[in-house]
Amino acid sequence: MVWNHKHLLDIESLSAEDILTVLDTAKAFKAVGERAIKKVPALRGKTVVNLFVEPSTRTRISFELAAQRLTADIINFTAEASSLKKGETLKDTARNLEALNVDIIVMRHSASGAPHFLSRFLHASVINAGDGAHEHPTQALLDLFTIREKKGKIEGLNVTILGDILYSRVARSNIWALTKLGAKVTLCGPSTLVPRVFEQMGCTVTYKVDEAIAQADILNLLRIQHERQRKTMFPSLSEYTSQFGLTKARLALTKPDALIMHPGPVNRGVEIDSEIADSKRSLILDQVTNGLAVRMAALFLVSGGQGPQGVAAGSS
Amino acid sequence: MLIMDGAAMDRALTRIAHEIAERNEESRDVALIGVQRGGVLLAERLAAILQRIWTHPVLIGSLDVGMHRDDLDRRAVPHMHPTVIPFDVAGKTVILVDDVLFSGRTTRAAMDALNDFGRPRRIQLAVLIDRGHRELPIKADFVGKNVPTASTERIEVRFREDEGEDEVRLQKN
Repeated sequence: MVWNHKHLLDIESLSAEDILTVLDTAKAFKAVGERAIKKVPALRGKTVVNLFVEPSTRTRISFELAAQRLTADIINFTAEASSLKKGETLKDTARNLEALNVDIIVMRHSASGAPHFLSRFLHASVINAGDGAHEHPTQALLDLFTIREKKGKIEGLNVTILGDILYSRVARSNIWALTKLGAKVTLCGPSTLVPRVFEQMGCTVTYKVDEAIAQADILNLLRIQHERQRKTMFPSLSEYTSQFGLTKARLALTKPDALIMHPGPVNRGVEIDSEIADSKRSLILDQVTNGLAVRMAALFLVSGGQGPQGVAAGSS
Repeated sequence: MLIMDGAAMDRALTRIAHEIAERNEESRDVALIGVQRGGVLLAERLAAILQRIWTHPVLIGSLDVGMHRDDLDRRAVPHMHPTVIPFDVAGKTVILVDDVLFSGRTTRAAMDALNDFGRPRRIQLAVLIDRGHRELPIKADFVGKNVPTASTERIEVRFREDEGEDEVRLQKN
């Protein structure tokens, strides 16, 4: 129950209890977003930097709003408009930010392990907002929050992750988080993008897409990441859609209460039929709403001091 | 050292409920809001007694002040419980209920948090134990028991809902 992490770098190093602490905390913060006054003073006087060395809109905006709702100050730092373009090293950039006494650095970087690298020499807390193909912990946490909210549990659910697994940090973080909480995870997609080696993470790999869809309680569709892929992974987008896309014909195979998730941005008509993305079965916009609450929880939790939990009634 | 057993706690709550009823003639405007977590259990028990006195239902809510404390970076991050206020606080007499009144910082945080929900007509404070050592100008309206303590001592309040028996203990360090 006691959260004692200064950073949020990955899901792999979190315990099941840690994950549940984030989800419970996020639940309290989600309620704040539904009030007339959507702001609490939890991080008053703290400064957060969005250090986004790789482009991102939704994650950056989500963290920005999360910080503002906690009454923290936030500045955005993007690679295009920075000294990184002039050849400054990442370490120097981060040290310069720290010289301004920032408290939390939220980092997106194309290199796996970049946030871990920063965390080794910074006094500030570091939150990983996506590092290469490695991890995207807040995305997995918001996915679990959404699943728990809709299904009431995570343990025992069949979760099928369909699409580009190989290049996906969302997939890796989700696999860690879901398996830690006792869900059964099945990966499916083109064999070039879903290598069998993922089974070492405790999930099942299959290339029988209809079976993978039919057994799922939750179907998480991942975006085909044109920008990360070599051209030879599959013949064409339309080939991908016909083989692995969630079409209306495939939707008919799903359990009646199966729900559909997608981390966005959606390639409509590629991974998912446009109408399905907008249907009642789709949780895509719930994920966005919950992402804000989960990021508020992440910022809040890494700001906690050390020492005994606010345990006993008398200590208050 | 045992300060209060179950019977004493029941008597204290019954007395506080009668004091609340005596002080607040417009009973339908009264709402009890428990401060997570002990205060919530106490608010539920007070509400049950007040319902018998007033013979009508009493509004009840719960408040987690974790987001409104001013010492997040000085202690481990608190576990969050739900804040549930299923009524409009505007115009109400809100009675904040907590188990132990110590520095007063939790009460200040609770009043701040309450402000985000609207503007109560007035706020009163009911506590089971007042142990002194206030750091803010805050005073309880209803007190179960005043317990002089050293600031290094700890007050432990246990509830039958959690660990079997109602009791309050003073722990020397």
